[in-house]
Amino acid sequence: MKKPLLALALVVISAVAIPSLAADKVKIGFISTLSGPSAALGVDIRDAFMLAVKLNGGKLGGLPAEVLIGDDQFKPDVGRQLAEKDVKLDKVNFLTGFVFSNIMLASVPVAFENKVIYVSPNAAPSPLAGKQCNPYFFVASWPNDAYHEAAGQHATDKGYKSVYMIAPNYQAGKDSLEGFKRFYKGRVVGEVYTQLGQLDYSAELAQVRAAGPEAMYIFLPGGMGINFIKQFVAAGLSKDIQLITPGFSSDQDIIRAVGDPMLGTFDAAHWALDLDNAANRKFVAAFEQEYRRLPTVYASQGYDTALLIDSAVRGVKGRIEDTEGVRKALKAAKFQSVRGSFKFNRNQYPIQNYYLRVVGKDAQGRLVNKTIGTIFKDRGDAYVQDCPMR
Amino acid sequence: MSWVLILEQLLNGLQFGLMLFLLAAGLTLVFGIMDMINLAHGSLYMLGAFLAAALVQATGSFALGVLLAVPATALAGMLIEVSVLRTLYARDHLSQVLATFALILILNEAVRIVWGTDLPLPMPAALSGPVQLLPGMVYPAYRLLIIGVGAAVAGLLYLLVARTRIGMLVRAGASNREMALAMGVDIRLLFTLLFGVGAGLCAVAGALLGPLLAVQVGMGENILILAFVVVVIGGIGSIRGALAGAVLVGLVDTIGRAFLPLLFGLFFQPRVASAAGPAIASVLAYLLMVAVLYFRPRGLFPARG
Repeated sequence: MKKPLLALALVVISAVAIPSLAADKVKIGFISTLSGPSAALGVDIRDAFMLAVKLNGGKLGGLPAEVLIGDDQFKPDVGRQLAEKDVKLDKVNFLTGFVFSNIMLASVPVAFENKVIYVSPNAAPSPLAGKQCNPYFFVASWPNDAYHEAAGQHATDKGYKSVYMIAPNYQAGKDSLEGFKRFYKGRVVGEVYTQLGQLDYSAELAQVRAAGPEAMYIFLPGGMGINFIKQFVAAGLSKDIQLITPGFSSDQDIIRAVGDPMLGTFDAAHWALDLDNAANRKFVAAFEQEYRRLPTVYASQGYDTALLIDSAVRGVKGRIEDTEGVRKALKAAKFQSVRGSFKFNRNQYPIQNYYLRVVGKDAQGRLVNKTIGTIFKDRGDAYVQDCPMR
Repeated sequence: MSWVLILEQLLNGLQFGLMLFLLAAGLTLVFGIMDMINLAHGSLYMLGAFLAAALVQATGSFALGVLLAVPATALAGMLIEVSVLRTLYARDHLSQVLATFALILILNEAVRIVWGTDLPLPMPAALSGPVQLLPGMVYPAYRLLIIGVGAAVAGLLYLLVARTRIGMLVRAGASNREMALAMGVDIRLLFTLLFGVGAGLCAVAGALLGPLLAVQVGMGENILILAFVVVVIGGIGSIRGALAGAVLVGLVDTIGRAFLPLLFGLFFQPRVASAAGPAIASVLAYLLMVAVLYFRPRGLFPARG
């Protein structure tokens, strides 16, 4: 009985006695969906993340940054394997990157178990905001249902009497429609869940036509949304039914693929190309110059994620082995977000503004999202009261 | 629920079924006549879609691009048959599955290297809107085109199999391969031709569905599973069975997706219905296969007596 105790004491003493030195580099595991129909999202997050690192001279928080990029191929098991490799073999300091909640939820437990911090550039499912909130989970994007709450509020403000809703049959899909309904006061005439990754919506569109709603709300990220909107227009439904989407469903990647039929679509988002602050102007200009395309909300989140990590590494003066210190520095969120005001709630999800945007043409005749109002100011999420973290 | 809605859903099911038929027709012949399991059949569908997208871009004409893609894919299919698959006929099914699975991976990577992960294939502008079919009923023009082409190809294939000498040899091979061999049929040439036709049909499906779905690496794998279901339901080696099975699967899948959640809504709480409806709808085609196999273990129209 005595010996193990002694050994333990020695370990504790040596851990305390060795002064914590600044590390010589910061290692980041970046796993995202980089192939398949939804690859555009992961690619935008990665490109913007790497842009931030590049603009920083290849460093984050003063330390040379080594970013290990992995492709989860839109498969939870592949994501999980890559996360295991990054955390256990490569011993990364931070993990980030996942686009889809289902893949992230399968993959991040390995980070939590090994006390590696995951900074989410996108997925922020409701369970991790409430009861299962986790000290190693930080959200640099927006809670999964925030856009949908804002869109629901917008539909109420506009006075649409009936709405038809579609989302894929997975956690984020359910979160999204719940969020919309939380703030929409009219009648929901249809609520349909489709297979994740479905590309043909003929059966669903026929149902929409039969239901004849005033407005239609869709949560279909990536290729699913592109196909849905194209088929929605081809079926002639866009003439009679106002399409409302979350910000990412009518963003630059979707606009590029669909084209003019997008004009006049309303959407809700926490960021827009034309948000007037210095950080955003710098980001939009640099992104366009580097990649010859306009950034999406996903890109803005990837960029902010890099800036947030940068601020935390700087906050602990490079001593990234000190996980508690890094957590405190992350929570302080001392960086200029491209979305303007940003701070963390106690569940480590953001408190921020949400804007109403509409697809129109800019001065050069390009299709872009224009900000036309603020739907929510300094909004957190609906789950924080269940989070036991202080 | 109106009859217009039901009619529209039937058209949707027919459209999906006809596209499945184009895939299943080649698959069932290869399976039935050559006794060869070809998992890489879906890769030919992908190759056809990519060739169509590239050729549409190069020629600037949708029709011309698609028409060129079909013989090009058929040629590619025949090349694969002569170079790789021919050596597999004498092997057991496990070797065939392994080898053709490898072929899927190789073709996926090859396409990725040549064209990248995806290619745009825009819908022809003239067909991108809806048309009025009946008073009070509109339907996307492009889906009508798919139904038309699918039905025409199915008719042509029927004529080819039922009325021509080649078709006679194919039927002979499907019903009794050894006897056909003994009667001096040049089976090697027949197999190569057959494989080319199967690949061409894949290209028609890939090129037509490309604008509606997406032209991307790996697009053939999911649909191939349904094509196998169709082959099993229809009876291995039977074109007639493939047509019946494909339309049946298309209708069941579409009708299931459309009406099952509504039906469940009548009996269960909304929360249960919205979760169970789509889940059951997505496995309906497989349930159908189980039911068919239970009552007719050799499929609906078995080719061999």
